[in-house]
Amino acid sequence: MRLARYLGHRILLAIPVVLGIVVLNFFLIHLAPGDAASVLAGESGAASPEYLEQLRQKFGLDQPLGTQFLVYLTNMLHLNLGYSFRNDSPVTDLILDRLWPTGLLMLTAFGAALVAGTLLGLIAATRRNSWRDSVISLVSLVAYATPGFWLGLMMIVVFAIHLGWLPTSGFDTVGADTEGWDQVWDVARHLVMPAIALSLFYLAVYARVMRASVLEQVGMDYVTTARAKGQTETRIMTGHVLRNALLPVVTMAGVQAGNLIGGSIVVETVFGWPGIGTLAFNALQSRDLNLLLGIFFVSACLVVLVNLAVDLIYTALDPRMEL
Amino acid sequence: MGAGLARFARNRMALFGAAILLGLLLLVLATPALFPGDPFRLVGPALQPPGGRFLLGTDTLGRDVAAQIAYGARTSLLIGVGATLGAILFGVIVGGLAGYYRGAVEIVLMRVTEFFQTIPAFVLAILIVAILSPSVTSEIIAIAAVSWPGIARLVRGEFAALGGREFILACTGLGASDARIIFRHMLPNCTAPIIAVGSLLIGTAILIEAGLAFLGLGDPNVMSWGLIISAGRAVLRSAWWICTFPGIAILLTVLAINLVGDGLNEALNPRLRER
Repeated sequence: MRLARYLGHRILLAIPVVLGIVVLNFFLIHLAPGDAASVLAGESGAASPEYLEQLRQKFGLDQPLGTQFLVYLTNMLHLNLGYSFRNDSPVTDLILDRLWPTGLLMLTAFGAALVAGTLLGLIAATRRNSWRDSVISLVSLVAYATPGFWLGLMMIVVFAIHLGWLPTSGFDTVGADTEGWDQVWDVARHLVMPAIALSLFYLAVYARVMRASVLEQVGMDYVTTARAKGQTETRIMTGHVLRNALLPVVTMAGVQAGNLIGGSIVVETVFGWPGIGTLAFNALQSRDLNLLLGIFFVSACLVVLVNLAVDLIYTALDPRMEL
Repeated sequence: MGAGLARFARNRMALFGAAILLGLLLLVLATPALFPGDPFRLVGPALQPPGGRFLLGTDTLGRDVAAQIAYGARTSLLIGVGATLGAILFGVIVGGLAGYYRGAVEIVLMRVTEFFQTIPAFVLAILIVAILSPSVTSEIIAIAAVSWPGIARLVRGEFAALGGREFILACTGLGASDARIIFRHMLPNCTAPIIAVGSLLIGTAILIEAGLAFLGLGDPNVMSWGLIISAGRAVLRSAWWICTFPGIAILLTVLAINLVGDGLNEALNPRLRER
């Protein structure tokens, strides 16, 4: 019951954020110099007059600004994101079609970064100032400074071109027509490099946060008490420290959700991964701004959802949080 | 501040980063002498591997990769520093207003700040550059527009803490104007943490710029590291060096900036020092 009320409260708080995203989108359209319709059409002058007229109507561009906003808001709330003439398909359908590959890539990268980062941070903190700690710190520093798309290209050179271990690009082998576990294996082989390229930066983030967080926790009184009671170090770590130390990592994971989407745009482009990122890149190439705005709207809404989930995980981890 | 710099000088990693940055700065200054002429100019046969007449090889059109990287350094630093300054300016205004006036102003401004922290920053940057059309200026605007929230939150915290201090109360009692208190007394008291956090932003800004240029949103007439990588991508199979070297340049530069930034943070950020 309390959970339901809490959930309702959080959802209420998410509404202004979604509204904010709509306002920002609307503002961006009008940031463009010149006729908004031809900017949205993207081919500056080359678009057919019919398409321009349709855009004007769709977005109410011939109406006063206030009416325009209301029209825009109604469209957005109905997930009616307009039509992409380049792809000859409604923007919403285009994005929904690509949701699964992008979701798979992001969840894999995120899961790998979270598990590996937390573990590395834990090792670094418990073996503070050892060679392990130094190596982990060095690797995080380098990973922190490496552009994901460049890492992806370098992995292609080494693992796909020179060693031939993994496929260079795509979601699965074209024309292979595999089924069952063979198909899973095929997709997994294609997934390895993009997932690593996307996750390395976040792995470094979580390792750093986790290390600092564990070090902060082991200095607390409750750890001394546990030790005085004669508990083993392993039990203190798993039973007491870990749960508390994970809280900042979970917070960080929520903060980074938006960045993960941005990262997947460049990484998907490198590996020809058929997700929202590649869709965004193609939209950029043809200056299909309406499609880009739609992608921004959907990805921002997804981030709001992720943050809702993070809030719930947080309350599960920390009973002190008021429901 | 003086004591902070002494602390910085004892940090070996930070000094290592500072040395790399100094080298980079010297390279930028020496570029016109080392590589005279336009970096877009064709200077030799196409796709020469590194180590021959051209230290880092040539690209698909026969342009010198080393010259491109040297000119790209200037672009990266210019955009990194420019965007960071923009972010600091905007962040100080938003955070300062929120922290000084508190109340409703603070609630509204901080909600907006949180909003900008939540939404996908890179996607927003892409949109802004695409709408304004690619150029150095629009890249700076876009990166600044997604980088300011951290500064705003920092400044709000500092201003809120300073607001209750006696010397500020004394100023108010003496009838000093809001502007005088803010610019003369409060802002100088939080320059150190702003510098510390801002220095780390430069690295992030350079990474975002590289990503934008890689996606084709860089200024096509200005040489940049992301542009070289995106041009070399098509011949990755036969000419690995075109993509490899600019990436190493990005990595080293951002690494150096982060090392210096971490050092400055430890030395200048009072909140971190207390731990």
